[in-house]
Amino acid sequence: MPISHIIASVALIAGAFFTLVAAIGVVRLPDILMRMHASTKAGTLGTGFILLAVAVTTPDFGVITRAIATILFLVVTAPVAAHLIGRASYQNGNKLWKNTIVDELQDHIDKSKK
Amino acid sequence: MILAENDILGWVSYGVLIILSLSLAIATVRLIRGPSLSDRVIALDLIAFITVGFIATFAIYSGKHALMDAATVLALVAFLGTTAFARYIQNARKESTKD
Repeated sequence: MPISHIIASVALIAGAFFTLVAAIGVVRLPDILMRMHASTKAGTLGTGFILLAVAVTTPDFGVITRAIATILFLVVTAPVAAHLIGRASYQNGNKLWKNTIVDELQDHIDKSKK
Repeated sequence: MILAENDILGWVSYGVLIILSLSLAIATVRLIRGPSLSDRVIALDLIAFITVGFIATFAIYSGKHALMDAATVLALVAFLGTTAFARYIQNARKESTKD
């Protein structure tokens, strides 16, 4: 068995683990910003690991390029999308978790109103 | 490349497909239950991520690496969808404060 298959197996298992963590986090965490935190970070990492496994197993240069381009694209766009959703949802008046200690954006909005 | 019998990668990718299906089911719970529209958009975003991973894993499992094209396109379209939803949520709020 080639060594690349062992590396790909490890990457696949890591990717599946992080994706499962992201899914559980999206269901279990209490407010929208925390859910976004789970889905964006763990989701990107999990999908990135799986795409890395594809890049390791194939000898075809075109497929490797596509896999790496997809990883880069995910890493660039996932935070942007999460930021947009978080901002829109905050401005829309979604409540934060009741035990939240610090809400700096609200302080900033209050200051700019005065 | 087609996997040989008893290759560890075949078993691992099969198991990973099962775990990804489970994650898909769990994320769908939030899509159905989510109290606000933003929660549902986040769940959809995660579902798109998981589907990209699923397609990539199936590309390894079946040996058809041309499927990677589909994964790339899905990643591109998912970002556009999320951005459009974010704009929609913001505009909906502006409309409601005008009244």
